[in-house]
Amino acid sequence: MKRLLTVVFAFFTLLAGQPAVAGVAIEHWQTAGGTRVYFVASRALPMLDVQVDFAAGSMFDPPGKSGLAALTRGTLDLGAGDLDETAIAEQLADLGAQLGGGADTDRASVSLRTLTAADKLAPALAILGRVLASPRFADEIFAREQTRTVSALKEAQTRPDSIAGKAFWEALYPKHPYGRQASPESVAGLSRADARAFHAQYYVAANATITLVGDLDRASAERIAGELAAALPTGSAAVLPAPPVAVKGSQKNIAHPASQAHVQIGLPAIERGHPDFFPLVVGNYTLGGGGFVSRLMKEVRDKRGYAYSVYSYFAPLKQPGPFQIGLQTKRSQARDAIKLARGILDDFVKNGPSAEELAAAKANLTGSFPLRLDSNRKLLDNAAVIGFYGLPLDYLDTYQARVAAVTVDDVKKAFSRHIRGDYLTTVTVAGE
Amino acid sequence: MKTQRIRHLLPLFCFFSALTVNVQANPYETTLKNGLRVIVKEDRRAPTAVQMVWYRIGSMDEVDGQSGVAHVLEHMMFKGTPSVGPGEFNKRVAAAGGRDNAFTSRDYTAYFQQVPKEKLPEMMALEADRMRHLNVDAREFAQEIKVVMEERRMRTDDNPQAKLFEQMNAAAFQAHPYRRPIIGWMNDLENMSAADAKAWYETWYMPNNAYVVITGDVDHQAVFALAEQHYGVLESRPLPPRRPQSEPAQEGIRRISVKAPAELPALIMGWKAPVLRDIERDRDPYALDMLTAVLDGHDAARFNKKLVREDKVALSVDIGYDGSARGPGMLYITGTPSEGRSIADLEAAIRAEIARIQQDGVSPAELKRARAQLLAQQIYKKDSMFGQAMEIGQTEAANLPWQGIDKMLEKLQQVSAEDIQAAARKYFTDDTLTVGVLDPQPLAQAPRRPAQAGSRD
Repeated sequence: MKRLLTVVFAFFTLLAGQPAVAGVAIEHWQTAGGTRVYFVASRALPMLDVQVDFAAGSMFDPPGKSGLAALTRGTLDLGAGDLDETAIAEQLADLGAQLGGGADTDRASVSLRTLTAADKLAPALAILGRVLASPRFADEIFAREQTRTVSALKEAQTRPDSIAGKAFWEALYPKHPYGRQASPESVAGLSRADARAFHAQYYVAANATITLVGDLDRASAERIAGELAAALPTGSAAVLPAPPVAVKGSQKNIAHPASQAHVQIGLPAIERGHPDFFPLVVGNYTLGGGGFVSRLMKEVRDKRGYAYSVYSYFAPLKQPGPFQIGLQTKRSQARDAIKLARGILDDFVKNGPSAEELAAAKANLTGSFPLRLDSNRKLLDNAAVIGFYGLPLDYLDTYQARVAAVTVDDVKKAFSRHIRGDYLTTVTVAGE
Repeated sequence: MKTQRIRHLLPLFCFFSALTVNVQANPYETTLKNGLRVIVKEDRRAPTAVQMVWYRIGSMDEVDGQSGVAHVLEHMMFKGTPSVGPGEFNKRVAAAGGRDNAFTSRDYTAYFQQVPKEKLPEMMALEADRMRHLNVDAREFAQEIKVVMEERRMRTDDNPQAKLFEQMNAAAFQAHPYRRPIIGWMNDLENMSAADAKAWYETWYMPNNAYVVITGDVDHQAVFALAEQHYGVLESRPLPPRRPQSEPAQEGIRRISVKAPAELPALIMGWKAPVLRDIERDRDPYALDMLTAVLDGHDAARFNKKLVREDKVALSVDIGYDGSARGPGMLYITGTPSEGRSIADLEAAIRAEIARIQQDGVSPAELKRARAQLLAQQIYKKDSMFGQAMEIGQTEAANLPWQGIDKMLEKLQQVSAEDIQAAARKYFTDDTLTVGVLDPQPLAQAPRRPAQAGSRD
């Protein structure tokens, strides 16, 4: 049921960099066990999206056990309570329900999309509840998924983009969990007991946020969230590690036979909720976040034809996440492309955007606001980020005003504070 | 398995709108005097709108030596007209708070903008302008063709699975232009000129070879009036005849292999398959679509359950079938063997699963499950304005009327276990099968030359 052959896009779509925001009524409360709940009523379609987020991403991998958060999340729904993995998948399909989610550096997410008809909603939610609270982590299944993960990681080690990404994070975060990456060896060393222990510690009510978007009234939302949370042990919220310390930038060149060099330039920048967030995001629109109209795109792609895809973004996380410039170019011109990108960045840090560029950035970021909220899926993504990262509830309502308030001077000051040239690391894979 | 191919499109038949509430009118359609059709689907959930302009022209309309020109022209469409300078199109969309992009397939080329609804008229003016007034500037072309070559390096040359897919199609099709990659062969890109792109534009970009799909918080009458104002003034022109270039019947299995730096081998098997031409009378495309749901529609569907979970012969197995296309159809199965298992083991295991369906058919529970998923998809897909526009556009691109979308869903719901078994028997035959194998090579070699023989790199 999938199209293998589809289409070729003219432009690379930027996946990251824009914050979650909206002008929407988000209702918020807390369950008895301390789970924070965020709810947006959206009554047009008879469907519900529920997302449960735990502070249980890879930053919480114990030392020497990199990959545990991902493997725990990956095996969570492969057998729970009295249901084996086949029963879970078949019953969800019978209901037309979809279970999704995954683990990133910060979050482990479990999401359910279901119809709200009475004969669908309750059974689908019951499966979700069981998956969250009573995963089996059966020996045989854990071993199978471990083997599959090891193979996938070995494959990733041959791909220039994966190699570059791994080296980049390791270089930026040498002493912080963000820099520790799963390897075939670390995953091979994990056990089912590790997954059980990880689940017991982190998949708990006090460490969870629940986000609901869909065809529900407040009372139903309260009941549903209450039941999901009540099935979890109370536990305690995850304790964050010490924040990353700044390290001097470095250059890393890794040989690879690919025809294109993969380049990543960046440093650790800001965490979610940082006061410089708005000047940085508004500024970055001009630098490399604004797709086709950014300086990087104009100079690197349009004027010189160096790359198909070139971008920059800030990825604010629980703790300072990276600022990053990325591009791919024919291996023989990697050095020229890096020099060009660095020059554009240095100039931008020094001089900021022009008044005209700033106005264009604001026009797009405020004008495109409705597009961020025009589906339940987008509402869910936004509300879940606000909830998980504890952003203010009026974040959505004030977003446009805060964008509009940014000045050229704000951008220059914020970039100077966070993008210091001697702290920038450059990773090149397959450059000549 | 990560793939660079874009898989954002939902499965064909999961795409069709169920107009359960207001079947009578919405969407709405009109045809301008110049032949341009305008289809509007009102959806007032949010104050936004999507405009998509679809041209009935894709890589299958290219000729040898000019592969990739449809896609290159798509890039050039952002390079300006007499009234909108190079790069200005994107700038104006951005200023309007919008997002825009474009995509090229074998069958069509499409352009879109997502905007706050009050900006729709401006987007229509912009699209109308570049429908007939594009500049194909030689200097702009010289830069942009480099960008496209970088795109090819990224998508295909450095992506072993994509390369396997490209080579496999080149073997499966001999006469039909589906044998050529959408992005074009590198050597063709190296020898392409601005004049080629210009000729392509002048031949194919006109209102009578296009249709506009608009969804969102709009009034269809107002949109029709805007369409008349902006697009109505454009002149139509006769289109050149298109030759069918039908693929002769395949009469025996074909096998190819591709070497590339990678850790894991990969297998792709493709069978020639029918596509939907007559919504009422055709049966097999519906049966094959339900067959793919039974084999691969959820985590415990047959392939994943048996091959990945129980027998552990595969790390992953996927099936792809697109029953709507201008050209001939294929049903693809792709997979990666587990460590310690060979490509031959995986192929044998896949064949055993196919034989099981051919001999024993599918169970009532499996069929019921596939139907339930299909029904739920009809609700979920309405969550996306863009998805609804895509559904209409893709249906039309395959020369199927959007009015038939509901009927197609009905037909899918009517597929029986016997239909599925009969389709499996009819189409899974070695005579029409092409098999491709990725033969992984260690990385520690001298760098590959960036392109094939004849490259100027």
